[in-house]
Amino acid sequence: MSTPVLMPQMGESIAEGTIVRWIKKVGDSVDRDEPLFEISTDKVDAEIPSPVAGVLLEITAREGETVPVNTPVATIGAPGSRPVAATAAPAAAASAPAATAAPMTSVDAPGPVATSAVTGGERQRSSPLVRRIAKEHQVDIARVPGTGANARVTKKDILSFIARGDMATVTAAPPPALAASAHTAAPVMRLAGDRVEPMSVMRRKIAEHMVVSKHTSAHVYSVFEINYSRVDHIRRTKKDEYEREGLKLTYTTFIAKALVDCLHRHPMLNASIDGANVVYRGSVNLGIAVALEHGLIVPVIKGAEQLSLMGLARAIEDIADRARAKKLNPEEVQGGTFTLTNPGNYGAQFGLPVINQPQVGILGVGTIEKRPVVIDDAIGIRLMGYLAMGFDHRLVDGAVADQFLADLKKSIEHFDPNQA
Amino acid sequence: MRTLDVRRLGVVPYADGLALQQQLVDDRRNGRIGDTLLLLQHPHVLTIGVRKDGHQHVLATPERLEALGVEVHETGRGGDVTYHGPGQIVGYPILDLNPDRRDVHRYVRDLEDVMIRVCDGHGLTADRIAGRSGTWVMSPETGPEKIGAIGVRVSRWITSHGFAFNVNTDLTYFGLIVPCGISDRGVTSLQKATGRTHDLAAVEDQLVAAFADVFGRQPIHG
Repeated sequence: MSTPVLMPQMGESIAEGTIVRWIKKVGDSVDRDEPLFEISTDKVDAEIPSPVAGVLLEITAREGETVPVNTPVATIGAPGSRPVAATAAPAAAASAPAATAAPMTSVDAPGPVATSAVTGGERQRSSPLVRRIAKEHQVDIARVPGTGANARVTKKDILSFIARGDMATVTAAPPPALAASAHTAAPVMRLAGDRVEPMSVMRRKIAEHMVVSKHTSAHVYSVFEINYSRVDHIRRTKKDEYEREGLKLTYTTFIAKALVDCLHRHPMLNASIDGANVVYRGSVNLGIAVALEHGLIVPVIKGAEQLSLMGLARAIEDIADRARAKKLNPEEVQGGTFTLTNPGNYGAQFGLPVINQPQVGILGVGTIEKRPVVIDDAIGIRLMGYLAMGFDHRLVDGAVADQFLADLKKSIEHFDPNQA
Repeated sequence: MRTLDVRRLGVVPYADGLALQQQLVDDRRNGRIGDTLLLLQHPHVLTIGVRKDGHQHVLATPERLEALGVEVHETGRGGDVTYHGPGQIVGYPILDLNPDRRDVHRYVRDLEDVMIRVCDGHGLTADRIAGRSGTWVMSPETGPEKIGAIGVRVSRWITSHGFAFNVNTDLTYFGLIVPCGISDRGVTSLQKATGRTHDLAAVEDQLVAAFADVFGRQPIHG
């Protein structure tokens, strides 16, 4: 029989834990009370021992994953058993476990936290009453997440398990974040003239990332209108100078520069949520979304706060060119702390982009065009455009986001020509 | 009442402190010792918790750290990067949280409470900040500043690592890091907050008294 290993409850107010490290690998033998994995909650790291002796058959929560307490994170099989993948190869070996599965009685005296005795062929994780209820409902107790001491299955656990009606498939219920990708809707009905093509790897990845992001972050949007007249003036006076360096001075360059400076001033937007912690990033690593022929990639400019306007212009051109030429190194698309995207290229007034996880904000640049605006009770023509920011309301409140955007608006509208 | 064996070790290199803790955790688990509180100081050292991005919060280059004589250690406690050095009292409680204190959040809050009480004794207003563990002194000019840091490891309910309380710490060393990844808050010390230098042994006494009180332990060899 196999025993699920559950994310332990490390305190009354603790609802989840993050797996920091698996000390044992699938296929390893473990003794009861031998350290199995390490978890992290808040400022505390804890080493979690195996509840039983046996073989680690399966790990269902990877390193870095945060799961609610009492969620199964691994399965321990009887001593001598093998993980599914391993037994698949030599057919002869598959018959072996039956012979060795029985002797669990050799397990030593219970460790300090153990409350259940060892009797008969298996460790009892439940009272006789609970076992009787389980038998009546034909439930394998090993599949019931226990909330009692030492993951003991209480009467409440078994009753709520039966009430949920998912007796046979408790591990099949995916956590919310994965539900989307695992969610296979009813097959799409084929119509006459349809053409079916497999999705490219990039398309599948984009699909996965977008849905995971929507399930992870509480997306909220705020839109500001920006007057680009000053930036336009600076751009026209400096354009030639940049061209002599082989560089294009675009509105995006100015927006990126103002954005990076603002992120440096507002650490809350240049952050990530990690379990119950907030990680404030030490530098601004600006991701820039680059449209490709059949997809999209977000190369990252690391340490962007250290770059001048010209330095940024050079970095943007470099990564965009290499992205289109498919010549980026893998590490150049990792480690971003905030993303800039440009949905206005084809005339969109503004777009509402999806956050690039694990970041907490993304700025979408709308089309920049001449518009009539009211200036001192007169109507003038100015170069205008919208900036829309998507932010994660789990961390960033509306007031914080709007202060940030107001600062960004001011930085662009009053751009210092000496910076160019 | 359970007893608390208090051991004052003076200045201990970080690696030696780590080895001693490992030994004591084993001893505590096997019942060879009772609950124990180590009080000590480390030479200049940056320690990085198990979170993988802790290195990002070290601001100084390895060359600069070497020039300053600051070691860097990766360590198995919770939390991000922190600094230890002369003038800072480090407390490593080796406690069995079984059977009545099996709640790691409560444990962290209790450690914060110990440092808050010591601050109180010096007329300072100290408190917790939700979501940011440690003990913070409320300064009217600069807002909350961190006086005490916490990073804990719990192995089968036996604790190790613990807290670091800035007494006469040279705070410029915190400029080498983003303490615990929090970039927009400052650090302080008892010396800075009260405007005078303190006797470390006296502050150790205060920490022991507060610790015994909060945890309901009878200190021995204290």
